[in-house]
Amino acid sequence: MPSPGPLVAPSEVDQPVGDVDADPDRPWVVIVWNDPINLMSYVTFVLQKLFGYPLEVAEKLMLQVHYEGRAVVSNGPREKAELDVFRLHEHGLWATMQQD
Amino acid sequence: MFPRDRVRRRSGGRYQIRLRPNERVLLAGLVTQMREQLLASTDDPSLQRLFPPAYANDAERNAGYQVLTRDELLEQRLAALDVVERTLDGSDLDEAEMTAWMSTLNSLRLVLGTRLDVSEDTHELDPTDPQAPVFAVYEYLGWVLSQVVDALSADLPPPSADPRP
Repeated sequence: MPSPGPLVAPSEVDQPVGDVDADPDRPWVVIVWNDPINLMSYVTFVLQKLFGYPLEVAEKLMLQVHYEGRAVVSNGPREKAELDVFRLHEHGLWATMQQD
Repeated sequence: MFPRDRVRRRSGGRYQIRLRPNERVLLAGLVTQMREQLLASTDDPSLQRLFPPAYANDAERNAGYQVLTRDELLEQRLAALDVVERTLDGSDLDEAEMTAWMSTLNSLRLVLGTRLDVSEDTHELDPTDPQAPVFAVYEYLGWVLSQVVDALSADLPPPSADPRP
């Protein structure tokens, strides 16, 4: 039996108020998405080259992209994230950014 | 299918890409075609992977990103095509030229793969499929590209980053 109370569904109670992008300090994450075209060795190479990751880390991220569909490859303030996305786009990877 | 012998690392950070004459003709044709396509319009759907969105769900910011980056991405693609055209004999490439080859081979695959609508499950096409020759070219480009990637990977500088993204 529903008990009397405020007429607000629980799912609505936790909704953020106002513009979710208003907090400029929330870090941005850069995501590489799986695609059927880029070679696995190429993706691994690009992650090593652009971010200086050791081979094992780059391979792990590549496999995460491949099997889980996406992986976070870097993060930071918006300007840095946008530059990282751009460098990934220069290399033909399918990358986007969003606030964490 | 072929011996794995198109790409060689040479001493002093130099590289060699040894294509057969028919492969050079094929590649020269693809380079010309892609340049014409890029100069005609970057809005062609088969080029979408060369100019991807940065923001998945923010059309306004994405429009700003496109304004900032599209010309530069276009210039880079065109410059890489020029390098490949100029060094088609591949006899003595420095790292920048080798990187231009890598970019161009990958860009061509992105365009052909988009046109073919390849998926993870596309491993071969029926030989009677009208797209089968295009798919063979796509596979061939991947075969050369993987050798270029292997050669450049061997010369990567030591890792620098904290190993957590």
